Amino acid sequence: MFRTALRNLLAHKTRLMMTALAVLLGTAFVSGTLIFSDSVGSAFRNKMSRSLDDVAVSVTAGGRPSTDPAEQRKLDDRAVETVRALPGVATVRPSVEGVAMIADRHNNPTGGEWGSAGVNYAPGKDGKDSRYPLVKGRAPAAEGEIALDESTAEKTGTKIGGTVRMAVDGPVLKKKLVGVVRTDNPRVSAGGSLAVFDTATAQKLFGKPGEFSELVVSATPGTDKDKLTAEVRKALPESFEAQSGAKLAADQSEMIDEQTRSIRTTFLVFAGISLFVGVFIIANTFTMLIAQRTREIALLRAVGASRRQVVRSVLVEAGLLGLIASALGLGLGLGVAVLLPEFLNANGANLPDGPLVIKAPAVLSALAVGVVVTVLAAWLPSRKAARIAPVEALSSGEAPPAPRSLVVRNSIGGVLTALGVAALLYTTTFRDRSGLTYAMAGSALTLTGVIVLAPLLSRPFVRLFGKLAARVSGVSGKLAKENALRNPRRTAATASALMIGLTLITGLTVGAVSANEGVGRMGKQDLTADYQVKSASYLGLAPEVGKKLAGRPGIAAAVPLRTSGFQSDGQPSLAVATDLSSITKVTYLRVTSGSLADVRGTGAVAVSESYAKKRGLKAGSTLPMEFYDGKRAAPKVVAVHADNDVLGDVLTAPALVDPHMEKVRDDSVLVKAERGEAAGLREKIKDAFGGNPLIKVESPEDLRRAESGNIDPILNLAYGLLGMAVVIAVLGVVNTLAMSVFERTREIGMLRAIGLARREVKLMVRLESVMIAMFGAVLGVGTGIFVAWSGGHLLRSAFPQYEMVVPWARIGVFLLLALAVGVLAAVWPARRAAKLNMLESIGAQ
Amino acid sequence: MSYAAAFPTTPGAPAGPRGGIAVAARATGLSKVYGQGDTRVTALDAVSVEFRRAEFTAIMGPSGSGKSTLMHCMAGLDTISSGSTRIGDTELGTLNDKNLTRLRRDKIGFVFQAFNLLPTLTALENITLPMDIAGRKPDQEWLDMVVNTVGLSGRLSHRPSQLSGGQQQRVAVARALTAKPEIIFADEPTGNLDSRSGAELLGFLRESVQALQQTIVMVTHDPVAASYADRVVFLADGRIVDEMREPTADAVLDRMRLLPGGNPRTPAFDAKGRTS
Repeated sequence: MFRTALRNLLAHKTRLMMTALAVLLGTAFVSGTLIFSDSVGSAFRNKMSRSLDDVAVSVTAGGRPSTDPAEQRKLDDRAVETVRALPGVATVRPSVEGVAMIADRHNNPTGGEWGSAGVNYAPGKDGKDSRYPLVKGRAPAAEGEIALDESTAEKTGTKIGGTVRMAVDGPVLKKKLVGVVRTDNPRVSAGGSLAVFDTATAQKLFGKPGEFSELVVSATPGTDKDKLTAEVRKALPESFEAQSGAKLAADQSEMIDEQTRSIRTTFLVFAGISLFVGVFIIANTFTMLIAQRTREIALLRAVGASRRQVVRSVLVEAGLLGLIASALGLGLGLGVAVLLPEFLNANGANLPDGPLVIKAPAVLSALAVGVVVTVLAAWLPSRKAARIAPVEALSSGEAPPAPRSLVVRNSIGGVLTALGVAALLYTTTFRDRSGLTYAMAGSALTLTGVIVLAPLLSRPFVRLFGKLAARVSGVSGKLAKENALRNPRRTAATASALMIGLTLITGLTVGAVSANEGVGRMGKQDLTADYQVKSASYLGLAPEVGKKLAGRPGIAAAVPLRTSGFQSDGQPSLAVATDLSSITKVTYLRVTSGSLADVRGTGAVAVSESYAKKRGLKAGSTLPMEFYDGKRAAPKVVAVHADNDVLGDVLTAPALVDPHMEKVRDDSVLVKAERGEAAGLREKIKDAFGGNPLIKVESPEDLRRAESGNIDPILNLAYGLLGMAVVIAVLGVVNTLAMSVFERTREIGMLRAIGLARREVKLMVRLESVMIAMFGAVLGVGTGIFVAWSGGHLLRSAFPQYEMVVPWARIGVFLLLALAVGVLAAVWPARRAAKLNMLESIGAQ
Repeated sequence: MSYAAAFPTTPGAPAGPRGGIAVAARATGLSKVYGQGDTRVTALDAVSVEFRRAEFTAIMGPSGSGKSTLMHCMAGLDTISSGSTRIGDTELGTLNDKNLTRLRRDKIGFVFQAFNLLPTLTALENITLPMDIAGRKPDQEWLDMVVNTVGLSGRLSHRPSQLSGGQQQRVAVARALTAKPEIIFADEPTGNLDSRSGAELLGFLRESVQALQQTIVMVTHDPVAASYADRVVFLADGRIVDEMREPTADAVLDRMRLLPGGNPRTPAFDAKGRTS
């Protein structure tokens, strides 16, 4: 029987091509992911261990920077000397790190808000800092001097001797560019900027005169690094943290593993989806092959093959197909793993170079997955083969067997769908993650149920669509409709493959767009200011900024907002301190009881209605507060206001929170322009601060746009990953059509003989394809929207602004794409159908 | 392109089977050669033949005599190597694929050995399929007459799988008749039927020639089937060797015995879609 299986496989090469391609793509996805993550992980580890090679011990100040400074000894020159004096220490490199924003030509931070690094130049014995080799000029040596990395120097257009404008957390500073360095700092290669100062300047800039962020200790040859670490630890006060280079390398390696693992898991989930979609195509193909081979199988049975042998023969055929396809898929995956890093690096990912790491588990699991999936998918069709009776070999009837009743299938599908829908409806009664189990189970059940019900659902859809098609394109449309209705299981399985991808794509899109719009609404509805001034760094704005703005011409009000965290009866909250006399100029605030005018000094707060309700407060009650410096206060609630998403829950005067802040900083300053002065104010504000790259001036529209800008890369990545599932589904459509054309060769020949033109034959195949694709798309979009709608309810408590938004334009694009997919998938089968030789076709059995 | 331009006919000449022109289809010096060099096979060798209107002609000959090829060439299903073929006034050699398809649709009816109905359509839909393809409404009166003639009135909403072989072939005959073609070509129409259904079907063909004035050309190797025709044309080795009017089964059988048939042909020839 093995030989029969092999012969069958070879005989149906072209008919199995699409199926093989589906398996191939799925396994390529799996193996590509595995090999890619292995290779990148190992390259990262190599790079890390290389960069930590000469690090014997690393000393940091230890603990969190916000802990009480009194308890903490400074990591200063004395500590450096202490370490340097230890036996076995070769060098100690004291480093200082901080944030230094370099102004680009538009006064924005060159390195962005998160990638602007500032460091000290710590020359070694040779007078050079090996981390930052100079390309041009010399190292910075005085307070007014700076060196930049190559790309930042280029982006700002500064030449040696020119002036660099920069800021740390205050006013703009001007430095003379004296050198350009090269660096492998990961933030820089990810598009950030690097500013290099002499050590004293760096310490001053980053607010820790005489202090270092880290001491990097290298050992003399032959020194036991672990022992040295222990000695360093002993020599220094306990609050310092000394770690061996090996430990650091291990930690980093662990971190890298964790990251690559999570990326790999994400990718494998998508690969799994692709393979799942592939199952439908494989099952479809084997069902069709077995139907076509009924007589042959009956003959085998008649000459003495047992049912089990027939089944085994089909499964062996599937296994061989799976093996060949996965072997090819492995090759493709290897190619992907080679090319993907180059592609990602070209797009600024900055992955380290390294050899391709091909581990046995990656290879074996890719092969196993391909074979197992193919065999499992062929299992149901193989049962059908077993049911073929020997007598069918003798029947001369060429009429296809009457389609089996769908009653059982519809009943099962109905029950599954009903359970799924019920679970999803039940989900909508939850307001938080506790309903997640129901949402997941409901989604899975609904999706499965709809797949099972798809043959039933396909009929009304195809009828309706067919009526439309027949009206537009006459007999081709009618024939296409009849063909799509002929085998509802096949039509449904083909459409289901597409449906899965579209359900996920639609669900993700609706969820993400809705969340995005919700975020856009958050904190913006009550804003009546024209601009929000913020710091580009997380450090906040110095109070001078607000004061300076308040006095500018054209500005009606400049209201600084200052936040401070506190706990009240164990519940963490945020207090917003502001100038309450002018707050109503920049935000819409409705006081429901008490008076805002009474919120002054340290003894009074105003709270929002929902906070008052949650905490059982009203005007006159006391709010116990414990600040993070450990001090307590018990101000009186003097006013309750309607919920305001700019101000939050607890509103105070600055006098209450200022003493508890480590450094008094404003979160933002809300600016209201004088009548008719709003236009152009942005530039005036920027100019007022000398083009300080730290100062960010945003209008409410900017804020909304900034929020919505964040969603697209993630959605696009998801589209890209789900795209593979859609491509496989398209292969399925091609496959079904090609098989159908093959099966209907005689009919097509007859139609041509009695006068159907080639063009009309093509149109007939194309319309059938479009019907299948549109059916899958409509089912997918519908299911996706429903799942997203019910799942969205779980966000209600954590995300009250969430409201489902159906992006109809995007959904329209999906449906148009499905239409295009239908037309595209039909190109080859339609051409084959139109090219069929009439006489041969009519004679074909 | 207009319909008239595609099929140049004499102005005013009726298109129906009861037209004034006596000849429905004609082949002149028709040759058909398959293959080249050593594998070259002459299937038809300068055949000239006419099929008159409202006449039932049977083409007979042993296997490989070229009778199916002659039918395919005359019906525009296959290309010819030399000579000319005409349906009515239309020279087939001048038509491109698109116009040839139109000609088959509008002027030729087909009945195949293996019924060749669309399983997805009902009997009635199969019958009107050529009209649907042409985008024309069937002439209801004519349709009723055809359906009655072939005796399918009660079965119009059935699908082919619900019909017997004889009934299916009658649907195929009705399909060929409904469009009022210039000529109907039937390729072994009784080949897949039992003798009773076969006799019935031949009766219907006969009836449609007599009552409906249809022109029918039937390829067969069955002398009994041929005896239903007005005229029998004998083919052997790609040539017309004889012709007989008012045939009887015995006379046809006698004539057949004298034909140089039975000699095996090359596989290349057999592969060319012959149905007998």
